[in-house]
Amino acid sequence: MNNRGFALYTALALVYAFLYLPIMLLVIYSFNASKLVTVWGGFSTRWYGELLQDEQVLGAAWLSLRIAFLNACLATGLGTLAAVVLVRFKRFSGRALFTGMVSAPLVMPEIITGLALLLLFVGMEQVLGWPDGRSMTTIVIAHVTFSLSFVTVVVRSRLAQMDRSLEEAAMDLGARPLTVFLRITLPIIAPALAAGWLLAFTLSIDDVVISAFVSGPGATPLPIVIFSKVRLGVSPEINALATIVVALVAVAIAVAGRVMMGKENQDG
Amino acid sequence: MKSLLEGRAGRFLVGLAPYAWLAVFFLVPFLIVLKISLSEPQMGIPPYMPLVDWAEGAFKGTLAGYRTLLGDDLYLFAYLGSLRLAAMATLGCLALGYPAAYAIARAPRHRRHALLMLVALPFWTSFLIRVYAWIGILKTEGLLNMALMGLGIISEPLQILETDIAVTIGMVYSYLPFMILPLYATLEKMDLSLLEAAADLGCRPFRAFLSVTLPLSMPGIIAGCMLVFIPAVGEFVIPDLLGGPDTLVIGKVLWAEFFDNRDWPTASAVAVAMLVLLVVPIMAFQHFEAKRAEREG
Repeated sequence: MNNRGFALYTALALVYAFLYLPIMLLVIYSFNASKLVTVWGGFSTRWYGELLQDEQVLGAAWLSLRIAFLNACLATGLGTLAAVVLVRFKRFSGRALFTGMVSAPLVMPEIITGLALLLLFVGMEQVLGWPDGRSMTTIVIAHVTFSLSFVTVVVRSRLAQMDRSLEEAAMDLGARPLTVFLRITLPIIAPALAAGWLLAFTLSIDDVVISAFVSGPGATPLPIVIFSKVRLGVSPEINALATIVVALVAVAIAVAGRVMMGKENQDG
Repeated sequence: MKSLLEGRAGRFLVGLAPYAWLAVFFLVPFLIVLKISLSEPQMGIPPYMPLVDWAEGAFKGTLAGYRTLLGDDLYLFAYLGSLRLAAMATLGCLALGYPAAYAIARAPRHRRHALLMLVALPFWTSFLIRVYAWIGILKTEGLLNMALMGLGIISEPLQILETDIAVTIGMVYSYLPFMILPLYATLEKMDLSLLEAAADLGCRPFRAFLSVTLPLSMPGIIAGCMLVFIPAVGEFVIPDLLGGPDTLVIGKVLWAEFFDNRDWPTASAVAVAMLVLLVVPIMAFQHFEAKRAEREG
């Protein structure tokens, strides 16, 4: 390896260290018996025990999981339809507006989206009497609105790359359009749907700012609970929670990787 | 053959759901923000007056919210602060992300995918938790100060948390993957024979980088910078957790107007002003993305 290659790999290693070191420190310190962050008081699982008895955190986690699940399903459905519209329907009235509306949530500051949605909900409640206050429903609506665009991006590129002759062949053989879509198109773009679903799930379960606007006293998702705890300073309980999240994500990625590898082997 | 999916009615049905959803829950809310930014605040629920008094048939709009923005230096400084921090974060991401993307793009082909996955992986863990991790590292009695003092580099702990430096570090950390991924995409597609040609013509490697690689990777640089800069301008969580009371950014001001002062018209005016500020980079981003999508699709 020449000098330049060595310098490049050193830079890359430093970037990886920068990305992973903070997470690793959180994991290590979640097993710290001491309440002080920088003093090592010996190995302990005490914070995990306290976390698992925290009703507020557990309730919020359960709510967040349900919201993320509903959001991922709805966003994948709507986002896929939007991708079909963008890739397959080249000319229709209002296409420019539609393209803008699909891609704007990708870059829109969350704080603006959150404020706008809350003002909409308040206005709707005044005029229509619905939604009745802030609840799980308003959070799901808000999450779907910003995460469907991410699903569209993922599905759109897969749809644009796919070989349309398979659909044409099925159609020539007399399959109806809906059958073609369900039996040919959908299986081909399925990996993109799965990726989009996971992305929407992650975005939802991670969202702080938009949720802060559209959640209410009756429905407080996990990130809002964490955020209000973290604002008061470092707490070992949050370290334990962070470690659980990292472990779950690691398992999910390992499983997803396995499944995809298996698929590639099958395909190849 | 005219099929259902291709036909007018079929198209209408497929497009209806996402179109209606985005119109109702994305477009209309912005019009409401615009409307409330022109309304008179009042004590009560909701805390603003109707824009049109239907009984009198009179238009009751006011520019008071915007006048507050122009009249108080706080807002101007908050906008400038947001732009400065976003610019610092973008430069930081570029400085770290370019060598990383370059190294991945020039790595052996079979390793690139795994190396890229490693960049994107932290994104799947909680953003909030990753920002939180830096509090323990950067605070006065935090791990970084302990390490630096232990190594004898400094004798007094540095005040890093609650400064702009901490906010910049947090933003670079959170947004780095958004810089590396588009940079990698352009660097990986580059035709390496161009560099060989430059070398054959007597061009030194660094010169070749400046006059061949850098211009060719410009689309990636622009996309990456937009993807970092735009959300960084509107960022709230990072300046709130890692910044101090003096960290003045527009996201915090909007939050305070809305949640602490309950001044919805002013909060809406701040949001509209923020959008105006971001409209040029957002339009530029959409323009580039549309061109890219046309090329690929």
